[in-house]
Amino acid sequence: MEISEPNPVAVRTENACRHYQMGEALVRAVDGISIDIRAGEFVALLGASGSGKSSLLNLVAGLDRPSSGAVIVHGTDLAALSRDQLAKYRLHTVGMVFQSFNLIPSMSLLENVELPMRFAEVDRRHRSALARRSLERVGLSGRLSHRPMELSGGEQQRASLARALINRPQLLLADEPTGNLDSRTGTEIMELIHTLNRSLGMTVLMVTHEQSLAEKYAGRMLHLADGKLVNDVPTDRVSNISSGPVRAPWGETQ
Amino acid sequence: MKFYDVADLAVRNLRESVFRNSLTTIGISVGVASLVAMLSLGIGLQQLASRRLQKSGLFDTVVASSRRDLRNFREQREEGPAPAESPSLDEPSRRKIEKIPGVVEVYPDIRFATEVRFDDKPHLTMVAGIPFSARNNNDAFDGMQGSFFSSDASPEVILQKSFAEELLGIIPKPGTDNTNIAALAKSLLGKELTLRYAERTPSPSSAGSNDGAAYSVVSRQRALKIVGLTDLDPDSMRGTTKARVFLPLNFAQDLHVMQSNSRDTSASDSPSYTSLSVRVENPNQVPEVEDAIKKMGFNAFSLIDATRSMRQFFAVLDGFLAIFGSLALAVASIGIVNTLVMAILERRREIGIMKALGASDADVRGLFFAEAGAMGLVGGAVGVALGWAIGRLINFGTNIYLERQHFPPAQIWSVPLWLVLSAIAFSIVVSLLSGLYPASRAARLDPVQALRYE
Repeated sequence: MEISEPNPVAVRTENACRHYQMGEALVRAVDGISIDIRAGEFVALLGASGSGKSSLLNLVAGLDRPSSGAVIVHGTDLAALSRDQLAKYRLHTVGMVFQSFNLIPSMSLLENVELPMRFAEVDRRHRSALARRSLERVGLSGRLSHRPMELSGGEQQRASLARALINRPQLLLADEPTGNLDSRTGTEIMELIHTLNRSLGMTVLMVTHEQSLAEKYAGRMLHLADGKLVNDVPTDRVSNISSGPVRAPWGETQ
Repeated sequence: MKFYDVADLAVRNLRESVFRNSLTTIGISVGVASLVAMLSLGIGLQQLASRRLQKSGLFDTVVASSRRDLRNFREQREEGPAPAESPSLDEPSRRKIEKIPGVVEVYPDIRFATEVRFDDKPHLTMVAGIPFSARNNNDAFDGMQGSFFSSDASPEVILQKSFAEELLGIIPKPGTDNTNIAALAKSLLGKELTLRYAERTPSPSSAGSNDGAAYSVVSRQRALKIVGLTDLDPDSMRGTTKARVFLPLNFAQDLHVMQSNSRDTSASDSPSYTSLSVRVENPNQVPEVEDAIKKMGFNAFSLIDATRSMRQFFAVLDGFLAIFGSLALAVASIGIVNTLVMAILERRREIGIMKALGASDADVRGLFFAEAGAMGLVGGAVGVALGWAIGRLINFGTNIYLERQHFPPAQIWSVPLWLVLSAIAFSIVVSLLSGLYPASRAARLDPVQALRYE
């Protein structure tokens, strides 16, 4: 196998800080982290709770702004974006999956998956079909009109994955995606994310505190403690960078 | 987000907490209803009053008179030609006035004091000619006993109630007004009375010549049939010269009565009139018509100032009614603010999710705005219906009261289309204003905070 050119940098943080005042104390949630993540990498953020991994993820997600330093995604400094531009960035560039799934309880699965397309002003006639296909690909074709509460945790997380990917983002951010799942369904979800990473070349940044999961699926582990990067190690698992096309569960090939 | 999606999501959200949102919407409805009820009564009263006044002929009539006639309603100080040089108010002038925009009809003012005999007893009174159009335009003939003149030239007469009493020798007790007009009518309608008058005829020597000042006065009498009796005063504008006996105008004109203030230089085919009544289509046009007549060199007189103060009165009344009506709507708008702020607290997480998925501030703001607007729309529509019903109820109650007091029923309530539309629009605007604060608060919600707590 020949050595290919390294992929371009997808996410770069330059001395990113997120400090906030909590009463008298200054909390340094993220304290000067500089990392480069290349397109197509599967990176796990590890650390004890309070180590700043979720805060860093929020910075990359454009949900929060750094107090200082820069967060650059595909060449764009997020700090320079207006609130509107940041919303557009979240809409088109990032897909997010949460520990608690965060599906809207009053909507059916189909409507939940359709929701980001409403914000993206996708033509109404195409939405339903797109959402349906997306849910079929995560194996939920029989659950389209169910409400989230009628489903198991694993099914909800699949639905939320389908929702995260509906606007075809380049970056998947997952905040403890298996945290609320038993180990078997957790593994299913991880397999799904892993396939996405490999088949679509999608860059994945995942927060987890389970080292074993990270070692098994991620290509690289970033250890955080007290808001600082303490360790940056590649796992022995070969990431998808040079691997050939793999058939994704949704049938699209890279 | 597109409008459809904003509306769709807003309706979904409203349905999610349907009970609370219904209560808020009912609050708006009550506010709009009170506003509509108040204003519908104000407008109804105004319409009633202006209908009455318009039909009274007080406000849509301009009286034109020649400056040559030195005896007039009031001393004229307007600039213009001196009396001797001013044109005479003759038939060509009448046609010219008729062509002024807004003028409906111009008719000569025929009135004279004369003797009327009934039952062989003489009675002195003022007699006036009434144009045939007064049947529809003068309120006094609306509820009259008997009927209006059968034609514009028939030898018929309508009496004012007080003169009818005089003919029958009834003297009403001072302070009471209880003479039964129906009983008066029973004993007078269809009977005859005799009009004695002085006819002015051109002297044979000067017949046909325009400058002939020679005429003779011949005493005449005509029998007239009493066809109607009016309770109200058709001639209320005239003050001391107001008539109590009315003839069809054409008939009266053909009598060629020597009028008391007549100073015609000629009794020829083209007589000059003492004064002309100019009826105007709309009271608003009275000042213009008045000016136009003055420019022609005549005196003009109207009571338009009185309508101005009446309109002023109703503007103030409507203003007060609107303020009181709006108070309830103001209270309701606080309800909207409260409901939406509650909704933000409840849907905090949902807002956070939507933002994380890429909803912009404008999307979130639009959503809350749409919810406020929808409540305003529904509340406004229901409120208009409710206010309409309340106005009707008040009208109904008032009419029962009027009937007990032996007054004719009146429409004191009116909901014109513009009131319906502007009430709904006002309700939406107030709701949107109420949604301003909650919507911007929701839009500014920090998604990280919103998503933090499980």
